[in-house]
Amino acid sequence: MKKNMNKNYFEVLRPGINSTFQDNGRNNFYHIGIPFSGAMDNRNFLLANTISNNGINNPVLEFAYQGPKLKYIGENISINITGDVNFKIIRKNKNLEFSCYENIVLENNDCLDILSTNRSVYGYLSIGGTLEVDYYLNSCSTNTKAKIGANNGEKLEIGQIIKLKNIKKILPRNKIEYLNSKIENIRIIKGPHFDYFSNDAIDSFFSNEFNVTKLSDRMGIRLKGPKISNIKNTNIKSEGLVKGVIQITADGDPIIMLSDHGTIGGYPKIGVVISADYDKLVQIPPGSKIKFKEINLKDAETIFKLYEMETQNLISNIK
Amino acid sequence: MIKNISNLGDAALYCDFGNEVNKEINRNVINYFNNLRDSNFLGITNITPSYNKLVISFDLKLTSYAKLKKQVENLELKKNNNSKNNLIKIPVCCAGEFALDIKRLQKLLKINEAKIYETFFSKNYYCYMTGFIAGMPFLGDMDKSLFAKRLETPRVKVPKNSIGMTEQFCNIYTFQSPGGWNIIGKTPVDIFDNKKNTEPNLINPGDTISFYPISKLEYEKKYE
Repeated sequence: MKKNMNKNYFEVLRPGINSTFQDNGRNNFYHIGIPFSGAMDNRNFLLANTISNNGINNPVLEFAYQGPKLKYIGENISINITGDVNFKIIRKNKNLEFSCYENIVLENNDCLDILSTNRSVYGYLSIGGTLEVDYYLNSCSTNTKAKIGANNGEKLEIGQIIKLKNIKKILPRNKIEYLNSKIENIRIIKGPHFDYFSNDAIDSFFSNEFNVTKLSDRMGIRLKGPKISNIKNTNIKSEGLVKGVIQITADGDPIIMLSDHGTIGGYPKIGVVISADYDKLVQIPPGSKIKFKEINLKDAETIFKLYEMETQNLISNIK
Repeated sequence: MIKNISNLGDAALYCDFGNEVNKEINRNVINYFNNLRDSNFLGITNITPSYNKLVISFDLKLTSYAKLKKQVENLELKKNNNSKNNLIKIPVCCAGEFALDIKRLQKLLKINEAKIYETFFSKNYYCYMTGFIAGMPFLGDMDKSLFAKRLETPRVKVPKNSIGMTEQFCNIYTFQSPGGWNIIGKTPVDIFDNKKNTEPNLINPGDTISFYPISKLEYEKKYE
């Protein structure tokens, strides 16, 4: 028998608002209605696993707004949290403060309280080891709509146990200085139904700010602002979507498709958010404003290369 | 066969096969879909066929719009690559408690219940696409006499495994979900099995479906 088998675990004292297990997501199942899923903010997901010296597709715990409160039982373990997150560790009735983007040691009976994400949405908890989760179609990513992935396709629940395995020796601090920059404009590329909207509607779309409403989750962001009126048809024959697509509903409101989006949709697509801005887009909390800026495909590709280089630089600074 | 390829953002191709909804156009879409699945072009992450479009998303770290577009344009199609497509028989129980909208349909279509079901069960249906929610098949075409509008106010919860119809299409709700289609019965067969780790969906784009009626007793037996 392996040493300390199943001896290390978290007990969920508070599940948080939307805490799910995520990895890189699952490819090649859109045609049967299963979206990509995966960690919403891919850069912060990669950083969490890198600081933990894990493989880049190791499962992490993703949380939104208020995170979980977890009691840890087991041998000493390194953990780290990425994102813009406010958290503390309660050790023998003392509150200990730490920062994100560095390894911290959790001891037996410690309580990790992830209080909130600051002016952002998602944060990530990674451990020096592996969260013991179920896989479905090559990914552990939980999709609560299709009820698939880790945790039987459900959010974290109060009282449940999260088993840990392959616990590593205590890791170096691996601290990085990283600031989650706020975004001013969301850059988009014209969508295939750009001409469904009048020049006035297009002007209005790019010159006004839109409010991010509370009806936003892992599936999509619903926006409110000036109505974008349609001059052709408010419906199209349903067709494939990708993350970042901005559809204009029959009511004239934009909705942006995020990682758990329905795989097909029947509203005209005015634009698509560029890949380089996706991680920042998902972090915009309800109550904030978004302004769109149009760029061309070539620029979007160049900006993505720069964004990717920046991510790789951050990763190589850890290693 | 593809009328036009354009970019959908910076990480997807939008292949346009036309604007009409018919089997001929959709078979082209599915043929490309099947051929692309076999092609192993670098970087493809998802291929989504629909009535008359095909969206191919890709990993921008591995390929680009220009590269993949050229590959798709030069793709040599194996003709009639439809060996993957099957005929699937689906039992439907039309007991009153499952046929939520049969009364509405009788009024709307001015046809009696028996005739509605006779017409519905007499045809085979073609799967244009699956999706929206996991595994949901969009099937057609309905007999013209059964073309009916959606509900004015969609249901908040359509029961799982309900058979719905609207206009020229019918579908199967693979999960309890909001929806506005007219519900005429329920199948005991799980179309999407979230416990199955390979091919969790029973029905694929391009498949043919034939529905057959079963009694409440048979329905309950199949459920056991």
